[in-house]
Amino acid sequence: MNNLTFVARQIRLLSIASIFHAESGHPGGALSCADLLAFLTSKNLPFDKSGENHFILSKGHSCPALYAMAAIQKILPFSALTTLRKINSLLQGHPSVITTPWVEASTGSLGQGFSAAIGLAMGKKHLNKKGSIITLLGDGELQEGQIWEGAMCAAHYKLDNLCAIVDYNKLQSDDNNENIMGLNSLFDKWQAFNWNIIEINGHDFNEIQDAFHMFEKTRNKPTVIIANTVKGKGVSFMENIPAWHGSVKIKKEEFELALRELGASDLEVSIFMNNEIPEVSL
Amino acid sequence: MTSQSIIAITPSLVMNGDSLREAFGKALVKFSDQYSNFVVFDADVAGGTGVHHFRSKVPSRFFQFGIAEQNMMSAAAGFASTGTTVFVTTFAVFATRAIEQARLSIAYANRNVKIVASHTGLDVGPDGASAQALEDLAMFRSIPGMTVISPADSLEMELAVEALLNHHGPAYMRTGRSPSKKIFDLGHSFKIGKGHVIVDGTDLTIIACGAEVHRAIEASKILATQGISAAVINMHTIKPIDVSLINHYSKKTGCFVTAEDHSIIGGLGSAVAEWLAKTKPCPIEFIGTNDCFGESGEPDQLAEKYLLTAPHIVSAAKNALQRKNSL
Repeated sequence: MNNLTFVARQIRLLSIASIFHAESGHPGGALSCADLLAFLTSKNLPFDKSGENHFILSKGHSCPALYAMAAIQKILPFSALTTLRKINSLLQGHPSVITTPWVEASTGSLGQGFSAAIGLAMGKKHLNKKGSIITLLGDGELQEGQIWEGAMCAAHYKLDNLCAIVDYNKLQSDDNNENIMGLNSLFDKWQAFNWNIIEINGHDFNEIQDAFHMFEKTRNKPTVIIANTVKGKGVSFMENIPAWHGSVKIKKEEFELALRELGASDLEVSIFMNNEIPEVSL
Repeated sequence: MTSQSIIAITPSLVMNGDSLREAFGKALVKFSDQYSNFVVFDADVAGGTGVHHFRSKVPSRFFQFGIAEQNMMSAAAGFASTGTTVFVTTFAVFATRAIEQARLSIAYANRNVKIVASHTGLDVGPDGASAQALEDLAMFRSIPGMTVISPADSLEMELAVEALLNHHGPAYMRTGRSPSKKIFDLGHSFKIGKGHVIVDGTDLTIIACGAEVHRAIEASKILATQGISAAVINMHTIKPIDVSLINHYSKKTGCFVTAEDHSIIGGLGSAVAEWLAKTKPCPIEFIGTNDCFGESGEPDQLAEKYLLTAPHIVSAAKNALQRKNSL
């Protein structure tokens, strides 16, 4: 198992575990973006101590995956993952700068993290600072008008230090995107807004890596990576089922089944089922 | 409250000074060298908010967002996370359009963003109700951690801008569209959270902000001719409100009138009443719009129609006094 595959597996296991402990949360979108986030750990994200690269989770409800990433990167104790959504926790139900200072933007109301990423990209250019700003968007999130205000702005300011990734899992809270408010054609929309567009399989690390190389080489345009993903990826009974968008309670037997499907060993399953978090970092 | 901190100022009302929006734009230019670490955002209303002065003098620190306030507000939070102070400028109604962005992106991340809005209250005039923000103080005051300021004249506006440059955290400030009346002379001081006693008095206290301060001074002069001693406080900071000054005048005069070019629901009057209700309940009358929208007209005509002018403050003062005396 190569390193990124392993990191993605850990993000999925830890996300499911923290949502299990919270007794509520959004598993579907955390699982769909896990491979993308695993790749971002290779850029020292979610919190690059050097201040060079930045990550903003605009689809804030997928924060269990963000917190899992942070634990793997040793900026959050593993034990904190069992406190998600509970009172007095560092880990709020949606990312908060106030409680969790390594979080780069308070999000949870869709569209806002994208604009915060745009402002950060503008600020870094203004201060002549190098580095990339990466923001992860949901597909349902693209129905917010603010997204298109921001899309216009980022292209106007030629923010080539900005990369938006769309976790295009085709499902949103209540149903398929197309049954709620059709998004097609996403490619054409971003193209009309004058962005550099790269469409990939969001579960293929080679495609993710190539997309980032293209982003890093692109000048005078912001980049959007439309990452085709599967909602609930890796847990058969969650895949492509809108009901697992959230906010759902995972039952104990579902938790164990999910752990096993995600490739947890017998030892890991026994640790998780004992209400502990196995501490595996990079 | 010590007597030393009460600064009695001789009001010298001169008409047709700079509008507060012009004073704001000029102050940004004035402080641009001394404070090199701030930028200004605009949503295609620089000519209306006064920041056209900054745009022409310091273009490298001026950012145009187009007519898209929600993106501008959240982007300000992201820009400020680099350690830069951001002044987000627009009309007050359009600032309230992006109230949720101000709440989540800015306040819930404690970003150093100063939202400064022109076109406030009935002072907007002919543009009518769509542009007359009568709810902005209430909306911004209710956001945790948000400082809320409404200066009374152009000199105080300049002092408020410098105070905001030295303040950390989210803030909302009103400017104003009409030519302002000069109230303060050089030597006036401004501290966020500290109200000013403009006129001292013993019978009642008028607490006002923004465009209502000069009307409150006028009312106190009318009351004086009738043998009523009315104190006038310029409460330029609506949040955090100066509770020690309210306490002092509660003890000294025992009744209040509040005056604001804003709805009586949720603004300055509410802030004063909330504190008094909790500490030392006493008669209080509210000058402001009474749960209604404005309309087109000249600011002075609107102020008269919606009962914001000095004679209406005088009537309210007499009501408050009568209620106090019948206790």
